[in-house]
Amino acid sequence: MIEVKNLTFTYTGSNKPAIKNINFSIDKGEFVVITGPSGCGKTTLVRCFNSLIPSFYRGEISGKIDVLNLDASKSNTSTLAKKVGFVFQNPENQLFSLSVERDVAFGPENLGLKRDETRQRVDWAMNIAGIENLRETAPYELSGGQQQRAAIACVLAMKPEIIVLDEPTSFLDPLSSYQILEAIAELRDTVGITIILIEHRLDLVSKYADRIMIMDDGRIVLEGPPSNVYSEETKLLGVGIPKVSMLFNLLKKDGYDLGETPVTIEEASQKIRKCFQND
Amino acid sequence: MIEVKGLHFSYDRKEVLTNVNLKIHDGEFIAVMGENGAGKTTLVKHFNGLLKSNKGEVLVDGKSTKDSTVASLSRNVGLVFQNPDHQLFSETVFQEVSFSMRNFGYSEEIINKRVNFILETLDLSSYADTSPFMLSGGERKRVALASVLVSDPKHIILDEPTIGQDFHQKDKLRNFIVQMNSQGRTVIIVTHDIEFVVDCKPRVVLLSKGSVLADGSYDSLFSNTDLIDKASLMSPQISLLMASLGDLNFDPKIMDLYQAKTILEGKLKNCL
Repeated sequence: MIEVKNLTFTYTGSNKPAIKNINFSIDKGEFVVITGPSGCGKTTLVRCFNSLIPSFYRGEISGKIDVLNLDASKSNTSTLAKKVGFVFQNPENQLFSLSVERDVAFGPENLGLKRDETRQRVDWAMNIAGIENLRETAPYELSGGQQQRAAIACVLAMKPEIIVLDEPTSFLDPLSSYQILEAIAELRDTVGITIILIEHRLDLVSKYADRIMIMDDGRIVLEGPPSNVYSEETKLLGVGIPKVSMLFNLLKKDGYDLGETPVTIEEASQKIRKCFQND
Repeated sequence: MIEVKGLHFSYDRKEVLTNVNLKIHDGEFIAVMGENGAGKTTLVKHFNGLLKSNKGEVLVDGKSTKDSTVASLSRNVGLVFQNPDHQLFSETVFQEVSFSMRNFGYSEEIINKRVNFILETLDLSSYADTSPFMLSGGERKRVALASVLVSDPKHIILDEPTIGQDFHQKDKLRNFIVQMNSQGRTVIIVTHDIEFVVDCKPRVVLLSKGSVLADGSYDSLFSNTDLIDKASLMSPQISLLMASLGDLNFDPKIMDLYQAKTILEGKLKNCL
């Protein structure tokens, strides 16, 4: 799906690369979480996936990036946008119409879809994002969380093969974040959409992730299934792993080894329970 | 003291605050939480007079905000917006952060000292001459924080301060606001970040659909699953873990990581 080789990018006007010598590949249907300290290059990296870099954000790019067999460094954002949907950190940057419905319909209409199909997709996307009741509302009248749901609906309506989400739930209340993440995970499970998610709050996303990529200073410093990554405590500077994982790492340090680092509350609970049953 | 008396507020005809009553004493640390659209931001925008209501009132240090201008209130009440792009406009980070102090008429010497201190504290020193718009989302958020915290207002209101911040930055931010609070500043944070709140251990005001749903200590409110559901929150991880082991005598009121570690070690000692 996505193949990255020795990718380096320096923004015009900057004297040091924002990402350096990045290598990885992502398969169809994978759920990948990218995390790392602020300013480490996460957003820069994903901007390369739909050619926002270098088409929109100018600079010097080297190395190779293939997205769905297209050379993303030489393709247009307009071509890739059909296949790679983006939900940005700040939903205000991508909403512009006078009603939520018009905003969600904008993508499908631009794909040249028939009226019925557009209508169907708009209904479907608004339903999944949980905003059917906001159809006629203007985006600027929405709360931050509602705006983020609207932005997600806009991208879903395009039915892309890959969805990139840059901290999509940062403005949402925890219950809404949970619901959105469940909906995103379901898209992966039912439609097979590949999900690439930038997120700091690993407690919310760990249970969905097949793989966690940790970046620091423009490089990928650690990569693997959540449980493996969370046990590498020394390399986790600036990364907030779930508190249950942290708890097990702390216990281990004090000589209480309860086995593999858990990723979810359920796993942690089972492991602790087992200790007391062995008694 | 910030006192909210019978406050109602509507945007057009939609009522977003319904009879809110609240007393925030000087030096308190308060987290305002609740679902999206609960009215949290609308409420705190009343504290520095950005919004003024016809029904009910807000008194800041005994004076109704209706009788003061935002400009005069902002000397004592510093508000950091949720979205940094709503408040950033200068050409460099240094200019941005020094703007308020310059307006308040401080001398260059004091301005330089304070600005450098705050940039250092929030890990922004290396960006002093950079345009705020060249920075990442999380960094811009910290510039917005710096530009308000720099003048050391008596009451500090932070709307979603942890958005876009990594673990390390959050920790630094928490230490800094806890320090300001211990120096007598009132700190009011609006946030969804329940783990951050657990680490701050404040008084919590839960808003739901424009009204105060509950008001009390963080651990009494967060261990009440009924309240958590009503406010669209999710319980803290450690509290949930403790609750799942309730039959083994673990207490869901324990939500602090290190406290949980100590308790677990005490119990494990006997069985490993």
